[in-house]
Amino acid sequence: MTNEMQAQSAPKQQSFLGHYMKTKLKEAWKNKILYLFMLPFMLVFITLTVLPVITAIYYGFTYFNILEAPKFIFWDNYTRMFIADDLFMTALKNTMLFAVILGPGGYILSLFFAWLINELSPKVRALMTLIYYAPTLANVYVVWKLIFSSDTYGYLNGNLLKLGLITQNIRWLEDTTYIVPCVIIVMLWSSLGVSFLTFIAGLQNVDKTLYEAAALDGVKNRWQELWYVTLPYMRPQMLFSAIMSITGAFSVGDQITALAGYPTQDYVAHTLILHIQDYGGSRMEMGYACALATLLFFLMIVCNKLAQKIISKVGD
Amino acid sequence: MARIRKKKVNRSLGGDIATVLFLVLIGAFMVLPMLFAIGSSFKPTDELFRFPPTIFPQNWTTKNYSDLFVLMNTSWVPFTRYFFNTIFITGVGTIGQIICCSLCAFALALHRFPGNRFITKMIELALMFNGAVLWIPSYMIMSSLGFVDSQWALIVPVFASALGLHLIRSFMTQIPMAVVEAARVDGASHLRVFWSIVMPNIKSAWLTLMIFAVQGLWNMGASIYIQSESLKTLSYALQQIISVGIARAGVGNAVTVVMMSVPIIMFVISQSNIIETMATSGMKD
Repeated sequence: MTNEMQAQSAPKQQSFLGHYMKTKLKEAWKNKILYLFMLPFMLVFITLTVLPVITAIYYGFTYFNILEAPKFIFWDNYTRMFIADDLFMTALKNTMLFAVILGPGGYILSLFFAWLINELSPKVRALMTLIYYAPTLANVYVVWKLIFSSDTYGYLNGNLLKLGLITQNIRWLEDTTYIVPCVIIVMLWSSLGVSFLTFIAGLQNVDKTLYEAAALDGVKNRWQELWYVTLPYMRPQMLFSAIMSITGAFSVGDQITALAGYPTQDYVAHTLILHIQDYGGSRMEMGYACALATLLFFLMIVCNKLAQKIISKVGD
Repeated sequence: MARIRKKKVNRSLGGDIATVLFLVLIGAFMVLPMLFAIGSSFKPTDELFRFPPTIFPQNWTTKNYSDLFVLMNTSWVPFTRYFFNTIFITGVGTIGQIICCSLCAFALALHRFPGNRFITKMIELALMFNGAVLWIPSYMIMSSLGFVDSQWALIVPVFASALGLHLIRSFMTQIPMAVVEAARVDGASHLRVFWSIVMPNIKSAWLTLMIFAVQGLWNMGASIYIQSESLKTLSYALQQIISVGIARAGVGNAVTVVMMSVPIIMFVISQSNIIETMATSGMKD
């Protein structure tokens, strides 16, 4: 407080900007210890998060193959994606498909199951939370590979044959018609992650008296209660969960490789992340790979910002 | 039950029964792959390839586990080495993350100073993309720092986790600023306030960070940064054992069970702390 008063009594001839800068600097100096507290985190954050973003954007405008110095080619990498790279369109299409199904899909599933689990008594609730969250904890692509195994002893094939639903074993992870649906099933199965936990926590914190008040105001069933009371109350958790779900949905790549190998048959399940690995890891076209990375980066940010806009309207 | 359940408003009995049935049904689907892994890990080889397949073995055997143990002993690099590597990466990464995130969150959550809002916004923005997208520039930066083929390449990035910072910062905002200011007026240094007042109050948050960090680091397999065999992780070594193919299917299931049991047990132990932390994780619009 004294700081502000001193600042106000400062000589009048100073320009407004100079005055503003001076107060800010003074305040910063007074809190110098706090900047020291932030130093370890910020040092790593700037070198390994901020700097890579800037570097990727820069190399995205160049032709760069590691051996020669990067050559500035402006928009060429970006026009090449849409004109000369057929695989890019497959990758973009799949990335958007996974993003749409796993982003909003995983988000709604997380909310839905958390909401149902919240109805249970505390002990059963804890058990159910574990059961539904376990797929995220366990790294079980090996098991899914056995389930989708193409032979008759594969779990799915075996049981479908026994039940007479199919007459011949299906090559689930090699047949181009089935790879993408199989990947989606596995991804949805393990989509109850951080957002799910956030919803479980958020639901338990809703003020219980609100429900009684709502019942008096004419809310008749659990669905109305969810829409008019619970969701508006949980808006902060919903905003955070959306980010977790959407970011995860755009980064599907390694999971596909673990499940169906790389590359998948005819590249049917190719995604942008895999495309970046292809150009950056195998073909050493770093400039083009960085342009792809930049595109995916902005795609994630824009979709997240959009989702935040939409969710902040819930219950208004 | 002798105790009469307190009736909640707006709930029908039919709806409650339907809810439980539905949850049990889908829950069965959720645990099925895990049950399948556990069951298969106790099956003798001939039962693994029997038609039609079953979840649980008819003749239980622990042979897959003893085979795994034998295979571990025949490894070129002693298996204790891989085990130590994973423990080292997980331990140092987790502790470093908790320290870096708590220190930074302490400044951001409980003090006003120039740049606070900007930094908070920047970290929220960092939550909106996945670092994996930027592996090419990250690799270039790491190699210029001399981190290639060193375990620090896996450990250091974990220190500045945007999610970790966000969770701790949100949890800290529950602590009233007045408490911190009062301690300051009494002459306590920032470090003293941080260590004696704030840290004991956010135990749940750092436990949560620990679980998330362990979850990520424990399953860390092959990495583009590590070439030396003696620096590789347990997860990588176990994957190598089963990559031989179908002949090791039984051992493969044993490996899956061993790997998944650690994060699951840790989650069971700390579940209530995690839920408490996640309740504060919300964002303002």
